[in-house]
Amino acid sequence: MTTAPERTGPTPLAPGAPRSGTTFLGLPTAPRGVGHLRGDRPFPDAARDALRDGQLRANLGHATSTIRAKRARVVGEVPDWEALRQAGKALKTATMARLDEHLLELERQVTARGGTVHWARDADEANAIVTRLVQATGTDEVVKVKSMATQEIGLNEALEAAGITPHETDLAELIVQLGDDAPSHILVPAIHKNRAEIREIFLRTMPQFQGPDADRDLPDEPRRLAMAARTHLRERFLRAKVAISGANFAVAETGTLAVVESEGNGRMCLTLPQTLITVMGIEKLVPTWRDLEVFLQLLPRSSTGERMNPYTSMWTGVTPDDGPQEFHLVLLDNGRTAVLADEVGREALHCIRCSACLNVCPVYERTGGHSYGSVYPGPIGAVLSPQLTGVEDNASLPYASSLCGACYDACPVAIDIPSILVHLRAEHVEAQEKLTPEAAAFKALAKAMSNPRLWRLTQRAAGLGRLLARGKPTMPPVLPPPASGWTRSRDLPTPPRETFTQAWAREHGR
Amino acid sequence: MSAREEVLSRIRTALGENRPDVGVPRDYRTADERPAEQLREVLVDRLEDYKASVLRCGPDQVGATVAAALDTGLGAGWDPASVVVAPGVPATWRPDGATEDDGRPAVELAAFAATLTGVAVAIAETGTLVLDGTPLSGRRAVSLLPDCLVCVVEAGQVVGGVPEALSRLGPTAPLTMVSGPSATSDIELQRVEGVHGPRTLVVVLVA
Ligand code: SF4
Repeated sequence: MTTAPERTGPTPLAPGAPRSGTTFLGLPTAPRGVGHLRGDRPFPDAARDALRDGQLRANLGHATSTIRAKRARVVGEVPDWEALRQAGKALKTATMARLDEHLLELERQVTARGGTVHWARDADEANAIVTRLVQATGTDEVVKVKSMATQEIGLNEALEAAGITPHETDLAELIVQLGDDAPSHILVPAIHKNRAEIREIFLRTMPQFQGPDADRDLPDEPRRLAMAARTHLRERFLRAKVAISGANFAVAETGTLAVVESEGNGRMCLTLPQTLITVMGIEKLVPTWRDLEVFLQLLPRSSTGERMNPYTSMWTGVTPDDGPQEFHLVLLDNGRTAVLADEVGREALHCIRCSACLNVCPVYERTGGHSYGSVYPGPIGAVLSPQLTGVEDNASLPYASSLCGACYDACPVAIDIPSILVHLRAEHVEAQEKLTPEAAAFKALAKAMSNPRLWRLTQRAAGLGRLLARGKPTMPPVLPPPASGWTRSRDLPTPPRETFTQAWAREHGR
Repeated sequence: MSAREEVLSRIRTALGENRPDVGVPRDYRTADERPAEQLREVLVDRLEDYKASVLRCGPDQVGATVAAALDTGLGAGWDPASVVVAPGVPATWRPDGATEDDGRPAVELAAFAATLTGVAVAIAETGTLVLDGTPLSGRRAVSLLPDCLVCVVEAGQVVGGVPEALSRLGPTAPLTMVSGPSATSDIELQRVEGVHGPRTLVVVLVA
């Protein structure tokens, strides 16, 4: 579970905010104690446990390699992919530069077509707004479409605390909810579970399999498991009075909202209930209708590896006699404006949540989503979560990467994730008031490297490490601190018998 | 300060005074010059690739081909009254005795076995049908609840790519883009066709 640990103290500042001086921006980040942006332990500790779980690694390796191959095939089919990617990047940059104006236009358009727009400074405020709206309808249950924003703010917990039952309807979200688990991937949140594990969760929790007369014949074929979910949810869809969704896109100039999905659970939620409440991060906007022509090509191919996902629903306010007759749009900040304040980091707001960067990431593939402690895992999570919470609350995440750059290449809107990671690491180091062992080591190294005599001495000293390695190719994992900080999660090669300079001198007689 | 004022003022603080003017390069394809018949072939290929069935016919055989499509989806011997038809579907396309959608409560549509609609536009490259809430496409619940969906696509409705399709659509209409039957890949990334939306999609392509 990624329950946020109770913490007190003031909410930290935005990572880009200068910590003193007159240009102090002081924009608040996502508050502590609510939602799922912070893990209860640092990434390296959580990752070490995940690495020991052989089943998890097998499930993840299979899933990520399958989806990488699918994506590569359908992206390869598009001759103008790079042009679309550059258009997507520019569109997002342009949107952010005028975000306030576009949001106001969106509000005008949604309102003009019978919707109601609400603004939420943070998770607590958004949860309170949604809870109040649900209560006003008199119902005590809601159906939900998979939505990152509502996971981020911990909406399900807030609803449950108010006596309202949220039913997740996406198959993977349902598996996670019934298993009392946490999502581990943006697109396929139950990627860490295999069919046998899913079967066990269904048999244990679905009412249709309980009771002495229940037919408990459920093979672990994906088709049969999907049908069990269909049966489980059908009745809930037909009786639901209120649905809660996220949004993949909102078009400012027309007020159109879009949800991209596969199973039809989204359509059920967006079509059948009387009331629809959509929670959307303020960055999900595009300025014009035409802009969707770019993103509706980029997203499905990058995400599920399909030319187009089975269903995309678009709606504007309320349509008489078709779909929900009451529509509320909740616009959520929750740290996004703090991200926007950082000129380097703000690119993380361009993310369209396709999950391509997760699937290509060697770190994600081995550690899985839970290690990141946030609903946003993988490379994008490593840059987004610390910015939303303030870097000190997710200080280990900017280091959860080998900076190999695969994420940047895969990203359909060309977010330069490695550069943001490096930027956040610098922010984190700068924010440390006392000298860390690593900083001290690099200081000493800088000094040694700028003096040839000292450098030779240093290299000779490193040769002593061979004694510790006892002839093995890597150093033992249990070095005394501060070296343990490095060797806990990395192999440190045993120093060679002689240095390059020594070898050169020997062979060339100098 | 209201939340609205505060969020807006945070955005202004974050962006500061000097906002960049960003040009958007649109060097991607916005038109497909391939001949119409070639586009139709691409459409059929893409629809079948995502497990939709396609039947082709001339303009005067639509009614008979729709009946054949229902045979495909429901098996021979289906009851015409169990087929619900979007109100704008031409009489010549409809099976005798089919039920026209009369605006009854949406959940009652779940009792029908199949739905017959037209479409607003079809995208060849992605194998996508777009329904736009007009009488020909029907309201959204009609094409959602019955387990078998039959859509008639006319020759002039097929475009090459996504940009051409969006330029033909009204942005404020309730739009549903359908690419194959509903599906999930949530269990071990193995694709399963048919979850909550129609499990069977049959397309009648008139050309
Ligand atoms: S950062 Fe890019 S690749 Fe990663 S989820 Fe976001 S859009 Fe996709």
